[in-house]
Amino acid sequence: MTELSDRMLGMRGRSRKYQLRPLVLLLVPVASILFQVYTPLFWGFFSFLELPLLVTVYFSLMRRDPAMGALIGCGIGLVQDAFSSNPLGVFGMVKTLVGFFAAHVSGLFDVENAVIRFGLGFFFFLFHQFSYWVLVRALLGQTPPFDFPQAMLFGLLNAAVAAPLFGLLDRL
Amino acid sequence: MEIFLNRYRNITVLAVVMIGQLFLLAYQVKTRQDVRLIRVWAVSGILPLARIVDLVRDNTIGLLDDYSDLWRAKEENLRLKKSLDDLKLENQFLKNELETADRGKSLSLFQAQIQSRTAAARVIARGTGTESKVVWVDRGSRDGVARGMAVITPDGIVGKVSGAYPGSSQVILITDPSFAAGVVSQKHRVHGTLKGQGHSVCSIEYIQNEEPVEAGEWFYTSGDDKIFPKGLRVGQVSVARQGKMFFREVFLAPSGLQGGMEAVLIVLDGVHEAIPDNPEVTASPELHLLKPPPPDSKLGMEANHVIRGVFSTDADDILDRYKRIGAAQGHEYGAGSVPNFNINPAPPAAGARPER
Repeated sequence: MTELSDRMLGMRGRSRKYQLRPLVLLLVPVASILFQVYTPLFWGFFSFLELPLLVTVYFSLMRRDPAMGALIGCGIGLVQDAFSSNPLGVFGMVKTLVGFFAAHVSGLFDVENAVIRFGLGFFFFLFHQFSYWVLVRALLGQTPPFDFPQAMLFGLLNAAVAAPLFGLLDRL
Repeated sequence: MEIFLNRYRNITVLAVVMIGQLFLLAYQVKTRQDVRLIRVWAVSGILPLARIVDLVRDNTIGLLDDYSDLWRAKEENLRLKKSLDDLKLENQFLKNELETADRGKSLSLFQAQIQSRTAAARVIARGTGTESKVVWVDRGSRDGVARGMAVITPDGIVGKVSGAYPGSSQVILITDPSFAAGVVSQKHRVHGTLKGQGHSVCSIEYIQNEEPVEAGEWFYTSGDDKIFPKGLRVGQVSVARQGKMFFREVFLAPSGLQGGMEAVLIVLDGVHEAIPDNPEVTASPELHLLKPPPPDSKLGMEANHVIRGVFSTDADDILDRYKRIGAAQGHEYGAGSVPNFNINPAPPAAGARPER
């Protein structure tokens, strides 16, 4: 294997597990939800940004513990549900899955690599939107449209934010 | 068992969390009740922070503007540029103040003019999700706000309260796919059901193909839904065409959301009002609406009589006729004798509703 593929597959970083400070674990998700409910009031452009999702992905990737990832996703998702018009549990379930799978794949990749982070941010945004669409249709009987080109575009934008955001969160 | 749980710890946690949330969701859907406690915790934890951020933003935005202007002034002539920028800033600040004052004045005038009892509220947050059609306002159950109350602006209806918490309320906008309200057209009084589409245009459903609805026609609330009082503006028809089955396809641009939303009114106690003949009359209430006449004015009394006459019922007509028969014969009702009801009494005074 080449050095690049070693780095991409995380042979060197696989065993490393981050210990997140409880205060960071509490304040960062709160700040992300606050950002999501407040900022688009003044800058509508920011409504594309699914910051709670990116935070869920980051914590799950860095903890590398699928059970913990599922619990983090569940917590952030339920708080997000509280601010939506849907019954509690929709965002909760979607983010539980995101947290679980993000933590699961963290062992396979070098999650400190910016390109990997971009790719994972993009993938998990699409996964999140698609899972949400499926759950809302299947469990609530609603028929929201799934705008695939828009989801792709938003996925790219979120992934572009994810890479520097994860770098910032690394320093906390 | 312990070995099994250790070995399948991750998948067990995932299954428990997912099934738990599935039950939570099923409970809410089946009972049509919210798990209020979780929402109260989340809302009470986050929205006060949103208020603080809003307060800080309000107070620091001028400071940031000052800083950026000073930075520019330093590059050129420090003293002159600063003075010029200060003037510009002041001008901008006053313009903003004027705009805000106009908006606030319009809202308070509208609040005073409508008969419904309302509470002014400020929009402090938006719902989560990229396609969210929900906002949060800074009035809650402590201010008398309850679930299901109508939310309006001078331009039209905005949505309804979908959850009231101690210091804030969730408002579901009329563009949300789950929103519905009873509406009636201004011109032909055609009834329909307004439904959100998830984007800026709403549809009006259950209008039969035979019923006349034209593009450009205004729709008002009909009061049928027991949420919105009758007579509030909803919006103007943008598209009206024959449907494939029995119902017309009617799309409407909601007027309440067109001017942006900073402040809204929550209808605490709704009073039905008449649908105006000319929708433009209510477009800018501070400019076009007439003030009510003084109570002792003769003109005012006549005007009141006309209004009462126009909206009077058959029972009112009969009562009026009997009164005139009694007056013509000098009869006092309740005195024992019976007047002659076959005579034709004098016609009503000018301005009153003509006898049928």
